[in-house]
Amino acid sequence: MGAELGKYKSCVSARSTDKELLKHAQDGGIVSSLFAFALDEGIIDGAIVAANKEFYAKYPSKCIQDNSNLDVIEPWRPIPAIVTTKAELIAAAGTKYNLSPNIALLKEATRSFGLDKIGIVGTPCQMQAVRKASLYPFGFRDVNVPLAVGIFCMENFPYQSILQLVEDHAAMKLESVKKMEIGKGKFWVYGKRGQVVQLPLKVTHKYEQPGCHVCLDYVANMADISTGSVGSPDGWSTIFVRSKIGDSVWAKAMAAGCFETQPIEKVKPGLELVTKLANEKITKNKATLDARATFGVGKALRNPYL
Amino acid sequence: MVDKITVGYTHLSGCTGCTVALADNYGGLLTLLDKYVDLKYMPTLADARHIQKVDVSFVEGSVCINDKLAVEEIKETREKSTVVVALGGCACYGNITRFSRGGQQNQPAQEAFLPIGDLIKVDVYIPGCAPTPQMIRNVAVMAYLLLKGTKEQKDLATAFLKPLMALPVQGTACGASTACFCDLMTNVIDQGLCMGCGSCAAVCPVRAISMEYGKPNGERDLCIKCGACYAQCPRGFFNTDVIGEYEAINEAIMAALQ
Repeated sequence: MGAELGKYKSCVSARSTDKELLKHAQDGGIVSSLFAFALDEGIIDGAIVAANKEFYAKYPSKCIQDNSNLDVIEPWRPIPAIVTTKAELIAAAGTKYNLSPNIALLKEATRSFGLDKIGIVGTPCQMQAVRKASLYPFGFRDVNVPLAVGIFCMENFPYQSILQLVEDHAAMKLESVKKMEIGKGKFWVYGKRGQVVQLPLKVTHKYEQPGCHVCLDYVANMADISTGSVGSPDGWSTIFVRSKIGDSVWAKAMAAGCFETQPIEKVKPGLELVTKLANEKITKNKATLDARATFGVGKALRNPYL
Repeated sequence: MVDKITVGYTHLSGCTGCTVALADNYGGLLTLLDKYVDLKYMPTLADARHIQKVDVSFVEGSVCINDKLAVEEIKETREKSTVVVALGGCACYGNITRFSRGGQQNQPAQEAFLPIGDLIKVDVYIPGCAPTPQMIRNVAVMAYLLLKGTKEQKDLATAFLKPLMALPVQGTACGASTACFCDLMTNVIDQGLCMGCGSCAAVCPVRAISMEYGKPNGERDLCIKCGACYAQCPRGFFNTDVIGEYEAINEAIMAALQ
């Protein structure tokens, strides 16, 4: 095995045992269940998650307060928010497929929200931000993150890209969309009235956030626990338990019966697909970095890793 | 005592916020002083205030070039220190003192302030206003390991400090390098590297940055040029070899402070 899956202590396929959470979950309800458990146990005081318009209507004081145009929140625009209860977790559940700057709340969580122990969910790049913040905390004063949950990520989309994909390509109104999903080589849009539209991923590529194309991490190598649907059967999620903290939280959550699991070796398509996609991402983006090095005539674009 | 590194603290035109941040390590500061650091001079926290020969000097504040004493002190700091660390936005980039036009009491003629890097060679930058207690602690521990550690520890400290040593080389001017929100524009966003994590908005001490549709929007009139946003940005610098080992490094730092 190469380095494409990062360091991990264990890997399983899992699903939440909480039927109510599962109803609202993207896949196996892993993130919501982990945070619900960590909140109950006092491992965290609150968690930073990607909420939305409906969440903001219900819990405005739990959302980021900046100039992010909160007067008019469009359907499916993520709003970073702090959750401290299971009801709030459920209200924020589900993947949004566009940018949610969760790290923007990381300092605010200790200030306005008074959290000593912060949980956070994010993409691999956001996990990188969390770890940079712990080793090089230029401005993150007294920020303590006992549980960082990373999600697998091939690339992300700006809000306007999702608008374009759903309303133009899939010809659906965003407000009528119940769920979005990327899987089986397609971008799926599920309508509230039961209609399903699928777009080939090829269509989506030009709408990807360019900043994603220098990212060399598919499975959130720097999270305590990382999770994503890839590798597991429908309704289940693949889990990598990575850090000591992650190991301890996962063991406690398992002991408390929060999850049912299957060995990753026993499920289809299994780690083989995760490895394949991780390598695809890393190879493609290394090529981007190489191309950036000779982008102009004797002039390079900047490489953040050097 | 033999194994300690000698440290000094030169205080120029700064608000003492960096001093407070250092002191806010509480017990950690006492452990640092007990085990690793012989604090030779420091206004505010030590009796001795005059610059002496030391291994590492921390400098808080920018230099008022109309103040003869300040100019002498920064030069003397350079001459007498092996390593000079610019602590905080003022020392690194001028920060809020960049906006001074003089006329303030009780020294109205002291009107021109420069980051210390415009007058002397600086080895390490710690941007931010103020840099956090944890950041100052991490650099202090790494400075100790660099000077007194085993070969392995020296390598780790070198790798850790490398990006902070690259910052002074990039310079002190706005936009040209690392001084304000302009640097996020020129070095991250314009370079197609921003992925919208929100680190910059979180660390801005004056809330000049908001995340609009997932991307940073800087109110440049509010920016005080502390350098925190660009320093904190994972696409500003990201040394995977060091940050990837965050768990072991954090554990080592915490163990050192036990």
